[in-house]
Amino acid sequence: MNPILIIVFAPLLAAIVAGLGNKALGNVAAKSITTAGLFLSCALSWPIFLDMVFNGGSETVVPVLQWVQSGSMSFDWALRVDALTAVMLVVITTVSALVHLYSWGYMAEDPDQPRFFAYLSLFTFAMLMLVTADNLVQMFFGWEGVGLASYLLIGFWFKKPSASAAAIKAFVVNRVGDLGFMLGIFGTFLVFQTTSIPAILEAAPAMQGVSHITFMGMRLDTMTILCLLLFIGAMGKSAQLGLHTWLPDAMEGPTPVSALIHAATMVTAGVFMVCRLSPMFEAAPVALGVVTFIGAATCLFAATVGTTQWDIKRVIAYSTCSQLGYMFFAAGVGAYGAAMFHLFTHAFFKALLFLGAGSVIHAMHHEQDMRYYGALRKEIPLTFWAMMAGTLAITGVGIYHLGLGFAGFFSKDAIIEVAFASGTQMGLFAFWIGVIAALLTSFYSWRLMFLTFWGKPRWIESEHIQHSVHKTPEEAGEDTTGGYHPHESPLNMLVPLGVLSIGAIAAGYVFKTAFLDEASFWAGSIAYNEHLMHAMHEVPYWVKYSALVVMLLGLSAAIYAYILRKDVPAKVAEQIGPIYRFLFNKWYFDELYNFLFVKPAFWLGRVFWQRGDVGVIDRFGPDGAAWAVSKGAVYAKKVQSGYLYSYALIMLLGLVAAISWVIM
Amino acid sequence: MGGFPILSIMLLVPLLGAIACLFLEAKQARLVALVATLIDLALGIALWVNFDIGGAQWQFVERADLFAGFQWAMGIDGISLMLIMLSVFLMPVCIGASWEAIQKRVGEYMAAFLLMEVLMIGTFAAQDIFLFYIFFEAGLIPMYLIIGIWGGTDRIYASYKFFLYTLLGSVLMFIAMLWMVNEAGTSAIPALMEYDFPAGAQTWLWLAFFASFAVKMPMWPVHTWLPAAHVQAPTAGSVILAGVLLKLGGYGFIRFSLPMFPEASVQFMWVIFALSMVAVVVTSLIALVQHDMKKLIAYSSVAHMAIVTVGLFSFNVQGLEGSMIVMLSHGLVSGALFLCVGVIYDRLHTREIDRYGGLSINMPKYAVLFLLFTMASIGLPGTSGFVGEFLSLAGIYQVSSTVAFVCTTGIILGAAYMLYLYARVAYGVQKNEDAAAMPDLNMREMWLLAPIAAVVLWMGVYPESFLAPMRSDIAILDARLARAAPAGDAHLEIGEPAPVTEEAEHGGGH
Repeated sequence: MNPILIIVFAPLLAAIVAGLGNKALGNVAAKSITTAGLFLSCALSWPIFLDMVFNGGSETVVPVLQWVQSGSMSFDWALRVDALTAVMLVVITTVSALVHLYSWGYMAEDPDQPRFFAYLSLFTFAMLMLVTADNLVQMFFGWEGVGLASYLLIGFWFKKPSASAAAIKAFVVNRVGDLGFMLGIFGTFLVFQTTSIPAILEAAPAMQGVSHITFMGMRLDTMTILCLLLFIGAMGKSAQLGLHTWLPDAMEGPTPVSALIHAATMVTAGVFMVCRLSPMFEAAPVALGVVTFIGAATCLFAATVGTTQWDIKRVIAYSTCSQLGYMFFAAGVGAYGAAMFHLFTHAFFKALLFLGAGSVIHAMHHEQDMRYYGALRKEIPLTFWAMMAGTLAITGVGIYHLGLGFAGFFSKDAIIEVAFASGTQMGLFAFWIGVIAALLTSFYSWRLMFLTFWGKPRWIESEHIQHSVHKTPEEAGEDTTGGYHPHESPLNMLVPLGVLSIGAIAAGYVFKTAFLDEASFWAGSIAYNEHLMHAMHEVPYWVKYSALVVMLLGLSAAIYAYILRKDVPAKVAEQIGPIYRFLFNKWYFDELYNFLFVKPAFWLGRVFWQRGDVGVIDRFGPDGAAWAVSKGAVYAKKVQSGYLYSYALIMLLGLVAAISWVIM
Repeated sequence: MGGFPILSIMLLVPLLGAIACLFLEAKQARLVALVATLIDLALGIALWVNFDIGGAQWQFVERADLFAGFQWAMGIDGISLMLIMLSVFLMPVCIGASWEAIQKRVGEYMAAFLLMEVLMIGTFAAQDIFLFYIFFEAGLIPMYLIIGIWGGTDRIYASYKFFLYTLLGSVLMFIAMLWMVNEAGTSAIPALMEYDFPAGAQTWLWLAFFASFAVKMPMWPVHTWLPAAHVQAPTAGSVILAGVLLKLGGYGFIRFSLPMFPEASVQFMWVIFALSMVAVVVTSLIALVQHDMKKLIAYSSVAHMAIVTVGLFSFNVQGLEGSMIVMLSHGLVSGALFLCVGVIYDRLHTREIDRYGGLSINMPKYAVLFLLFTMASIGLPGTSGFVGEFLSLAGIYQVSSTVAFVCTTGIILGAAYMLYLYARVAYGVQKNEDAAAMPDLNMREMWLLAPIAAVVLWMGVYPESFLAPMRSDIAILDARLARAAPAGDAHLEIGEPAPVTEEAEHGGGH
């Protein structure tokens, strides 16, 4: 049996057993089965990946079952494994296995554990189906499957109205993207008469610039419109500017979920899609320009918002959004290898940051507001060091000339350099945005660290902590800990942090050559532009050091504002009042959408119902007919008087009419 | 199967059951009805197993001359087979759903349902146009009685509305049928499907049939009978109404309008598109603001049926097959959703959404199944809803990307109203004590919902079982429509690939 079958279906099986068994199965059994399933998948995935790293990529497609055959359209269930899939396999199974393990500790108090673990495994299955898809429709299956799992997990604590609302929002906003994805699939089928990805990619290059199609009355370049439609799907899933509003709200889900789905895997599906279809996008330069622009814009937007948030998970969520922007503009300038590399390293350090944040939240009785943290460095040192590794990785600490650095250093710098090297205007725009965003990344990441781990304890102000120590600030007096001392998390939470720390430290250095410089690794699974990757290494030194410089600037600013002069942030916020509020309120996207879409939808629904269906259709339709009949009956009654002479008169008139009609 | 008149037997069994039920007490009547419907289900499975896929177009043909040129002509193709399967599959479920909910006049109730089964199978199996007409129209009567006698408080208004609307088109359709038989010299449906009516006459004939089918479908704006009927009907009545009666319109289009009047179908294509586009958007928005669960699902049915009509009138294989799958899927899913409503209605006797909440806590099994059907209704891949919706929309995209775009917005709105419903029922806190005290699904209810769930997943993962019997019939229809089929608005122009230069090969770079 091909190992990929086990990799993909073990999590499904585990999910079904744990989900249907649920309470009858019991916590320990459900958790053991799902976690074992994931570790099995993970153990089988790494050899596939490492084999490709050392021996060059290969390609296998394992057919599973016929799916749909309708006229000339046919698509089947099949599992495709090539270098691009292999990267995703290790990312998904590793992070998922660790998150499963971590959840043993994090969810230990929860009454609904089998359900949680079943959802996690179900998610992993859907994600694996997505990345092993050999046709667009199976990719869409995985796409929607992860959407379902995300919906279920965001709404896991469904008693909270905010969680339930966030779950709906995530699903519906994603559906807006899916509208684009579906139309993209239809259009692709119309043009290429197939949904098979390899067949489409083979045929796509010949279409560049010479083919036109009418879409909704507009005459457009075929490849441009197809790629843009598909990219709308990617924007939804990867929370890009405009369709990003669901991601911060998705933090309502338990923190392990945020680490797995909303940082490491599901949200990167859009990047994966663009890379998977890269030969198609290469044939649509205009679409690539849009990808670059949206990526860069998201990168900057999310980073600006991230600097103002107080909720530790929201900061990391906006950070994810911003990092996804990096991946997209890397893909947009044609450096798909760099995009995938950042996806790969980001998975480790962002999962680490989320799980670290989870460990902090766990220690702080589910307090998520950083204003109530402080001085946790000494209380939870292991979590602190793990978070430190993650922060060093995301801010891209490393020195070019030594060739040493944390994971993010290699991948993010590669993206910034390649944007510069692409030489296009859009690329240059992305380069500058990327540098500015790197500055902001450094600032918000260190801000998070300093607020959480440095300074004095501030947690007596927190209601969550007050509940556990039964003291108000007044009673606590000078002691701002209120006598509460956070505990380090249990071993099953610390081990995943340790493993991911290794990834955050070393994943960049170890795999940089394979991802960035070896066409033989990718082996045609993405459009690999050797010329561009070569140019990337040739950029001037000031470009290479720009990321490091802005990182140090961000760090200094954070040290100044959050360690040395703690009154500065409030003053600055006050001085730039409107701008601060604009950023703090996330550029008012939610308010805008509420005003533009949500409220009008409900208003229109009421109008169509009360005015349309009831007021017009029923009134003039069946009710009107009934009214006419009953009125008519009144007159008819008069005619049916029972007097013979009136009947005779009517009969006579009828006869005359009939005869005259026949004669004429 | 040889000369075994299996179709007539399938009509006879429930008919005898219906007669028996009239004279029996409640307990026995239930049992007789259940046994009769199960026998029909078994016969249906035998029918499916023995159906020769890719064989003759019309199978299990029976023919007997009756008085005055009337014929007892029965026979099915793959399309009929699938719809008959849907009917016989849902019938035992309906009987089971009424097991405890119906306490008055049980014998008559069961008889009405069995009679309905007779008429529905008859409609799908009839090969004579007048025989079809009789079954088609007579099907209204038991439904009218079910709503009018066993319905809710406003049942009389609802049943009149239902009857008035659905009768509206019948007269016109009957006149058209008389004219057609006169013109073609035969009343056999297979022969009429191949007869070329003059293009001028097709217009009028098409409109006459449309009047009847559009109401049955129901298409916007003649849909307002549906919410009223659903709200008042007992649970099983809603199941059969949504599950099978709504498929009569679609069946009519695919059996009569399209093959008999191809030119007129193309001529009126944009009427269908326009009404369907309005239906998808308008009824979805209306569904969003409903407080009554049954009304919400009823409005969602109108939106789903609009996908069926655009698929049918896309004149290609994907559209036609997709529409058939949407019909089958919607029959199962909306039927199951009405059952889900019935389950909690039986416990709390209200359809008001706000009276529930947090049911995931006290009814976890119910919550899982309700979620599955919600997702199938939304068209999540892996469920039956996706396959049909995807193929229909892929079909219509080839005709008009604009229509496809508007109809595809249904996936957003559909997700919004269904998840909003689910959240209000199953999520949130248990704000009502009586709702919080409701027990989870009992064995009987599990037996009603679980088989539907299994088929919904089956149709989603391996729809080939359902597509294969219909394939050759759809191909024949597609071939017949080919002469009139529109070109599509894409106007794809491939162009000559540019010569490969050094520059192009290396891409961007410096």
